[in-house]
Amino acid sequence: MEAINKESTLQRLKSYRKHPLSAILFLLVVISAVITLTVLIALIAYILIKGIPNLSPELFEWEYTTENVSMMPAIINTLIITALSLLFALPVGICSAIYLVEYAKRGNKLVSIVRITTETLSGIPSIVYGLFGYLFFNIFLGWSYTILGGALTLAIMILPLIMRTTEEALIAVPDLYREGSFGLGAGKLRTVFRIVLPSAVPGILAGVILAVGRIVGETAALLYPAGTATTVADGLMSSGRTLAVHMYALLNEGLYMDQAYATAVVLLVVVIGINALSGLIAKKVGVKD
Amino acid sequence: MSMNKFEISNLDLFYGDFKALKNINLNITEGDITAFIGPSGCGKSTLLKSLNRMNDLVEGCRITGKVLLDGEDIYGSMDLNHLRKRVGMVFQKPNPFPMSIYDNVAYGPRTHGIRSKVKLDEIVEKALRDAAIWDEVKDRLKKNALGMSGGQQQRLCIARALAVQPEVLLMDEPTSALDPISTSRIEELAVELKKEYTIIMVTHNMQQAARISDKTAFFLLGEVVEYGDTEQIFSMPKDKRTEDYITGRFG
Amino acid sequence: MRTRFDEQLEQLHVELITMGALCEEAITLALKSLFDRDRSLVPVVLEKDGEIDRKERDIEALCMRLLLQQQPVARDLRTISSALKMISDMERIGDQAADIVELTDQMHDKQLEMSSSLHIRSMSEEAVKMVIQSVDSFVKADLELAHSVIAYDDVVDNLFSKIRGEIIEQIATDGTNGEVYIDLLMIAKYLERVADHATNIAEWVEYSITGIHGEMDGE
Repeated sequence: MEAINKESTLQRLKSYRKHPLSAILFLLVVISAVITLTVLIALIAYILIKGIPNLSPELFEWEYTTENVSMMPAIINTLIITALSLLFALPVGICSAIYLVEYAKRGNKLVSIVRITTETLSGIPSIVYGLFGYLFFNIFLGWSYTILGGALTLAIMILPLIMRTTEEALIAVPDLYREGSFGLGAGKLRTVFRIVLPSAVPGILAGVILAVGRIVGETAALLYPAGTATTVADGLMSSGRTLAVHMYALLNEGLYMDQAYATAVVLLVVVIGINALSGLIAKKVGVKD
Repeated sequence: MSMNKFEISNLDLFYGDFKALKNINLNITEGDITAFIGPSGCGKSTLLKSLNRMNDLVEGCRITGKVLLDGEDIYGSMDLNHLRKRVGMVFQKPNPFPMSIYDNVAYGPRTHGIRSKVKLDEIVEKALRDAAIWDEVKDRLKKNALGMSGGQQQRLCIARALAVQPEVLLMDEPTSALDPISTSRIEELAVELKKEYTIIMVTHNMQQAARISDKTAFFLLGEVVEYGDTEQIFSMPKDKRTEDYITGRFG
Repeated sequence: MRTRFDEQLEQLHVELITMGALCEEAITLALKSLFDRDRSLVPVVLEKDGEIDRKERDIEALCMRLLLQQQPVARDLRTISSALKMISDMERIGDQAADIVELTDQMHDKQLEMSSSLHIRSMSEEAVKMVIQSVDSFVKADLELAHSVIAYDDVVDNLFSKIRGEIIEQIATDGTNGEVYIDLLMIAKYLERVADHATNIAEWVEYSITGIHGEMDGE
């Protein structure tokens, strides 16, 4: 039997004839959706078509040489820098968000200063971070190009993002939970770490995903502090390039376009992989029935 | 001879410049269900929250006067967390923590330092039994509490409160978010629990106050207008304002 | 606020007044038929009794509806519960009126005349007065009047024992009319019951106003 609560195409057309403005708006909405989807698909398809034929086992060899511009070192460096940046940014970001939401009194001067600062920081172009990292770590501290400097620079860059998302996640935790915990005689610390923070994990993870996305895709902020060494960094104080930087370098040299496309494919896969992984973690850590 | 569990004297409460409670003098009898009734914003919930110092969380809230629990000043040297252990609270909206049913109930005892698994199992089972929900959840203690129905969640919250073995149970409109069947379950439970606990309940439901409470206090604009035996309040209130309110002719 | 409920309560009030008035009429007519030896009033009184019974059921239904829909408390609850009690007393008064005319119907003029020799007439006047005043006290929510009705019950009770004594005396001297005297005693008893019901009504009036139910004494 046909469902009677579904509007038939004919009915819809009739109603659009009566309300031409609705019809126009409907068309605009559909067209926008189609454009967005088309651009995205075209982009991915372009990268895949150009990149996949150029993927070869040699590109994943351990050594980078001018004959074989292997991206393996870059992949490993990417992972190291991502891990390092999160290691620095997460504790600081989460703790300051906890302070802002749970401890600071409303209307506190410090809170508004911290808020303004983070908002300003999040609006700064990444090249400025790169410049700062270079000036501070390489010039002022006298380090050479180091992945530590790069990771710290990125940590500073993603700190506002982590803080903001964590703050939002904490604010979104219903006060009912806090009251419930206090009502049972639990103190502030226990309430925050046993009740509020676990409830906020999915929100915080969303922030982490965004942050990882920025790290993986970042070039400008890394070029100066971390340099463009083509080898796997053999220590925190040695230089190394991430995938994005690697791609930038390849393009810059103009000799390895095909390899650049292949790198793009890998970068795409890495980003999708990270997203999937975070989703999985969020499901594991978060609320389950 | 019935004892006074709470003795509230000359209590004033301010939110900033606003005086939310005016010179409250009230004795709560041990082992009774006491109902606080009154229109929204009359201060009944505020007074309830003053009894386990939940108002301390509210910025700009200032309280003067005295509140004695078994003769001991709760705003004096009494440890805040200990007070809240003795005076448990059930909230208007069921608020189980987003964790397993077991962990919800065990949260309180764990907070107060009980670590032994055997002891915790025992406490959790007793609390759930006392809250008349054991049979419904005994096979899914490890399941997340948010998967339960609203009525079950509220009984879980009662169990959670009971698990710290309080002496007094404050209930802030505990059934306002529940359907009639869940509501009557909670009511029956309250009547059952008063054998062991002193219960103070804020309610907007006149019939509920009339059904289950022993004493009723009527609040209006931050004052206690009338306080007495529930039966007397609902059959022949002394104050015209009480009469107008409970018969629905208020305002 | 609660306009509809107030309207319904007003309707209840009006219905009760109507029913009270019917009782007054029924008992007055019954006694008129007794003392004026007017048999034509018999069907009228029986008709009134039927009307009173119907009224009782109507008011009962109204009260049930109010209890169900409005879940009254305090004054409202007292009003409705006393209405429920009052109508059964009023209904009984109607029944007594019917009982009286049924007895009158069987008696001859001659026998009826004998009633005048006793205190039955004055007793009937007092009983009717109590009915009227109890209904009045309800209509006007007059606590004092209700109190005076309750106090007046003793007067009627005394009259009853006086009539009882008179009848015992009469039967001793005039044995042939024993049956009639028993009927007259019955009528006196009915009147005494009417006065009791009037007292009850007054007591429910008192309860609905004050919330206190005076101890039932006397019976």
